[in-house]
Amino acid sequence: MKLELTVNDTPHVAEIEPRTLLVHYLRDVLGLTGTKIGCDTSSCGTCTVLVDGESVKSCTVFAAQVNGAALTTIEGLAGDDGLNRVQQAFHDNHALQCGYCTAGMVMAAVSLLEEQPDPTEADVRGGLEGNLCRCTGYHNIVKAVLSCGRAAER
Amino acid sequence: MTTTEIPAADGKGLVKIGQPLLRREDEPILRGEARFTDDVPIPGALYMEVLRSSHAHARIRSIDTDAARTSPGVVAVYTGADLAGEWVGQIPVLIAPDPAPLLAPRWGPIATDKVNYVGEPVAVVVAETRARAADALEAIVVDYDVLPAVVSPEDACTDRVVIHDELGTNKAYTWEVVITPESVDAAFADAAYTVKQRHIQQRCLPAPMETRAVCAVPDPMGGGGFTLYSSTQMAHLLRTLLAMTVGVPEQKLRVIAPNVGGGFGSKLQTYPEESLCLALARRLKRPVRWVEDRSECGVAMIHGRGQVQDIELAADSDGKITAVRVHLLGDLGAHCKLFTPGIPVIGGPFYHGCYDVPAFAITITSVYTNLPPTDAYRGAGRPEATYAIERAVDGLAAEMNMDPAEIRRRNFIPPFENGHQTVCMVPFDSGNYEPALDQALELAGYEQLRKEQADRRASGSTKHLGVGIASYVEVCGYAPSRMMAAGGGKFSLWGTSVVRFLPTGKIVVTTGSHPHGQGHETSWAQIVSDRLGVPYEDVEVLHSDTAIAPYGVLTGGSRSLSVEGAALSVTCDKVIAKAKTLAAHLLEAAEGDLEFNDGSFNVKGTPSRALPITGLAHTAAFDAHLLPEGMEPNLSAETTWDPPNFTFPFGTHIAVVEVDEETGAVALVKFVAVDDCGNQLNPVIVEGQVHGGLVQGIGQALFELAAYDDDGNPLSPTLADYLVPSAAEVPSFTLGSTVTPSPSNPLGTKGVGESGAIGSAPAVINAVVDALAPLGVTNVIMPASPMTVWRTIQAARAAAPNAKENGR
Amino acid sequence: MISAAFDYVSARSVDEAVSALTEHGDDAKLLAGGHSLIPLMKLRLASPSVLVDVGRLRDLSYVRDTGDEIAIGALTRYRDLEINDRLQADLPIVAHVAGLIGDPQVRHRGTIGGSLAHGDAASDMPAVVLALDGTLVARGPRGERTIPAAEFFCGFLETALAPDEMLTEIRLPKATGAGWSYQKFRRRALDWAIVGVAAVRNGRTGVALVNMGSTPIRASAVERALASGSSIADAARLAADGTEPPSDLNADPEYRRHLAEVLVRRALEEADGAVTAQR
Ligand SMILES: Cc1cc2nc3c(=O)[nH]c(=O)nc-3n(C[C@H](O)[C@H](O)[C@H](O)COP(=O)(O)OP(=O)(O)OC[C@H]3O[C@@H](n4cnc5c(N)ncnc54)[C@H](O)[C@@H]3O)c2cc1C
Ligand code: FES
Ligand code: FES
Repeated sequence: MKLELTVNDTPHVAEIEPRTLLVHYLRDVLGLTGTKIGCDTSSCGTCTVLVDGESVKSCTVFAAQVNGAALTTIEGLAGDDGLNRVQQAFHDNHALQCGYCTAGMVMAAVSLLEEQPDPTEADVRGGLEGNLCRCTGYHNIVKAVLSCGRAAER
Repeated sequence: MTTTEIPAADGKGLVKIGQPLLRREDEPILRGEARFTDDVPIPGALYMEVLRSSHAHARIRSIDTDAARTSPGVVAVYTGADLAGEWVGQIPVLIAPDPAPLLAPRWGPIATDKVNYVGEPVAVVVAETRARAADALEAIVVDYDVLPAVVSPEDACTDRVVIHDELGTNKAYTWEVVITPESVDAAFADAAYTVKQRHIQQRCLPAPMETRAVCAVPDPMGGGGFTLYSSTQMAHLLRTLLAMTVGVPEQKLRVIAPNVGGGFGSKLQTYPEESLCLALARRLKRPVRWVEDRSECGVAMIHGRGQVQDIELAADSDGKITAVRVHLLGDLGAHCKLFTPGIPVIGGPFYHGCYDVPAFAITITSVYTNLPPTDAYRGAGRPEATYAIERAVDGLAAEMNMDPAEIRRRNFIPPFENGHQTVCMVPFDSGNYEPALDQALELAGYEQLRKEQADRRASGSTKHLGVGIASYVEVCGYAPSRMMAAGGGKFSLWGTSVVRFLPTGKIVVTTGSHPHGQGHETSWAQIVSDRLGVPYEDVEVLHSDTAIAPYGVLTGGSRSLSVEGAALSVTCDKVIAKAKTLAAHLLEAAEGDLEFNDGSFNVKGTPSRALPITGLAHTAAFDAHLLPEGMEPNLSAETTWDPPNFTFPFGTHIAVVEVDEETGAVALVKFVAVDDCGNQLNPVIVEGQVHGGLVQGIGQALFELAAYDDDGNPLSPTLADYLVPSAAEVPSFTLGSTVTPSPSNPLGTKGVGESGAIGSAPAVINAVVDALAPLGVTNVIMPASPMTVWRTIQAARAAAPNAKENGR
Repeated sequence: MISAAFDYVSARSVDEAVSALTEHGDDAKLLAGGHSLIPLMKLRLASPSVLVDVGRLRDLSYVRDTGDEIAIGALTRYRDLEINDRLQADLPIVAHVAGLIGDPQVRHRGTIGGSLAHGDAASDMPAVVLALDGTLVARGPRGERTIPAAEFFCGFLETALAPDEMLTEIRLPKATGAGWSYQKFRRRALDWAIVGVAAVRNGRTGVALVNMGSTPIRASAVERALASGSSIADAARLAADGTEPPSDLNADPEYRRHLAEVLVRRALEEADGAVTAQR
């Protein structure tokens, strides 16, 4: 079937098998391998991307379902002026180690901050419940996301 | 700590050892550009899928691959029998329980006539796409003759079912250390108090977020060589072992570990899929790649822990521990992987913890079961040992009605700066255990917590507050070859590094370490900037590619900084020594009159005439005619470093929990960790390592269990059933540290990769037991799930209300 | 993990969806948010040969005030329920529970209709709809019909919907100012309920249980006891009456029965408190 998607502001058209998962489309067809796969059960969040601005597990969506949508992946966050503020906060707070969960964490955090610009620690911990990290113990990830909140800016 | 407190560099771009430094590894990862094995584009690659045994113990009668062979897009289908000719050797065991004889079965990358655990490879499909390979896999039919399975190590001991006919028993070995048996017996006979407990170290899944992935590529230039990409912690050792077992000559094989998404010991292996991809690429003359599904990972990757621990303490009337006696039963799984039989043994000499114990005895029996092999998982032997002794010490405190902090204080080995021979003859490097305990108590607000606990108890609340302490000492810095050999090592580890100045004054470091999240690129550049006085940004660090880096064995056992990093420090000293000779020659001064500061040499007292080392590097490269007679051009050096001793980090962790008596739910409300890893190179990374380790230990204590049914079927291979904690299950942590430099290496570091995972589980369970003590609970098995805790409370209630009894 | 191959139909209306179901019969499945179906397909535990995607029927995404009731379109996503002002005012339990399901990513895709049509005893929304005594509206080739929630869940992953019927709307009586509570007992925030309890006290008391049998169920014995004047504690003791709780790694039937009692008691106490406290 024919798939039309805008990914990171670039329109793409491709012929795909209907069973193609969004994550496989991104990785195997577009070569956007920043989005990872970490599980079979929609549990880990490493595959998180934004579909029309909202965080979605791209391993649990057929590409066909989002035909026509606008997507943002980890590759689309940084601008010409460098990392976006969430990416920068992850760096500044040592919120990544092996980096395998990082793309999904950052995308989930971007979506969380969109919905809750001023989260508490409990909001951040709850808001990242769908993203697993085995390296950082979450301490610095939570710190990084909190540092992007309005309260931290004041 | 915020960014502004972390100067990336001073005005000259120099950074110092000990300075907090953010990581240079981060940006490509944050941009999504860093490639992991399955991200590497390989044109023309075929996809392998592995059919795995669905039975824990069975003979293979036949495998029908006809339908799969004709499935669309399929290139080839192979069974174990088809591939038997590909293997030239058996994968060895690298740590054995010397001097006890080890009975080890033969095993290969793919089963031929018999399967011994669910998940063992039995056939492979190679197809043009991943989807086609998955389709064809469903078409393979295996006819099994199912045998009774051995699922528990206790059952294995009975030899009711012998798994490996050729061994005639399930027992792999019995290893014993008894320091003067009479004194152990006498201590128990004379004891004022004794404690006897049984603990279960449940099987855990290491569960790195990146599962394994492999791609074997025939050299596109011809010549019969191969490049193997693998998500491994040991590119070099993998190359050696693949050469020995698959028969590709070692020099024809290049192994690259791209970005690796966590390992925690699980990727310190030669796995079947690595052998299979390589052999199939050789057979099919095309690249062959494979990526592990998470549910495969739960059965195809090694498991961690897996022990039954019986521990006994004897103590005098003051609470001084007079003897420790331990019986361990190790569950090795279906066969031995690289370090499998050694894991219980590594922990063996640590069952007295950080306590001065005069008499000690341990017996370890390890057995085969029809479950996946166990092997190194974060801490490998030391978390198990620490758990047992720290639970037992709490048992003693409870028995004596003494504060658990006080009982520890009374028993700590007194401070030592340069060596302490333990009762097991282990030469601890340096230690000062009490200050770490004091700091942890202070940070936790211990007195206040005890007050709150008393108030809560008095109020009759069903939400019980518990405080748990665990002090630990462990061993890191795996290398000293003589000691390794004495401890059963069948291979040597050392550190390697090369420092090369380029003619422009920039530096390339190649190292034998294989980082996968630990930040070695940052840390190694930090060492070089500090030692050589060159700008941090001018130092490039290369690793994890056998074609580029010097042989570095493996990254594991918290060894990298203390061995590979120390090797780099030694290499820097060699570079400075050569540069000094050159500087002295150019300045027409005696070497002894020169001093070296911030990257420049000058004659003492005349700082105005200084020769920067970068300039000397240029001279050494392109003005080689100016070199003193006999000096080789270029400024570079290389080291293979075999340290004199291991390192022995230590610390104290404190957990605070709230237990809901009605449901059994445990909430972790506070966690304090004070760790001493010797000198800290980069506190930012030290803290990150501790945080991650803590959640793994907390995970083992409260959530994680690789569960099996009675027939050996996995019940929790996915991340839906295997409960890795999320951010919502843990609090932010309070960390502290003490610094006791290690005399074992020139950096004075000890290692911090595993300590978080070592102190945390016993601290948490001690806290749970402490919370429930008024209900008569004396032990809770891991993971302390709500159902387990609730049942434990029911059982304690059912038992006579005043009976005081340790253990289960 | 890759599902078996299938044909994909994107429906532009309910009628189109229903006629696609009629045409393909048992081989076809509706695809809403996909957050129950796709995980099953990836593990090849479900392999429909035709998928009829109704995810684009945004006109079935709504929350409407119809007087005594609130009508919710079947394709309304959890996230939209969670932040809906009308629900927060008139049916706060629905908004609250929507915010407890799975994780944010799941809530951005999963739909209330999909959850009900899937009929999983471990799901949260079915219990809420049961406790509220809701009504479900289905459309099929023979037209539209309404099904009381109490008759909707028939067996393990089985509902009163015919294979060619589509659930279009959920009607829930308003519970403005009513006491309510939802107790979701789980080990990790992202997990399904080991046991869950929905309670609404609004003159009558509705109590429904999650994961206490093969279908979502009412705690009828508790409701009856309360109606005849029992105390909360006494009524809660009947929580597991007539249930056949499942057994898994997290809980065996005995523990589930115990949890049901504790959670029903807590739910009723909280619901009572909530009447006066007004969250
Ligand atoms: C990681 C994860 C965690 C989760 N946690 C929870 C949880 O804690 N609690 C919980 O309740 N749920 C949980 N879920 C399930 C989630 O709520 C699902 O989204 C929901 O159950 C199904 O809704 P859907 O729109 O995604 O349905 P789909 O998956 O699209 O469909 C489910 C089934 O219903 C049928 N169907 C869908 N819509 C209709 C319709 N309108 N008419 C007729 N049939 C229809 C489909 O054919 C299919 O058989 C979780 C899911 C995931 C992936
Ligand atoms: S890959 Fe784990 S949630 Fe998508
Ligand atoms: S940084 Fe390794 S999994 Fe999160």
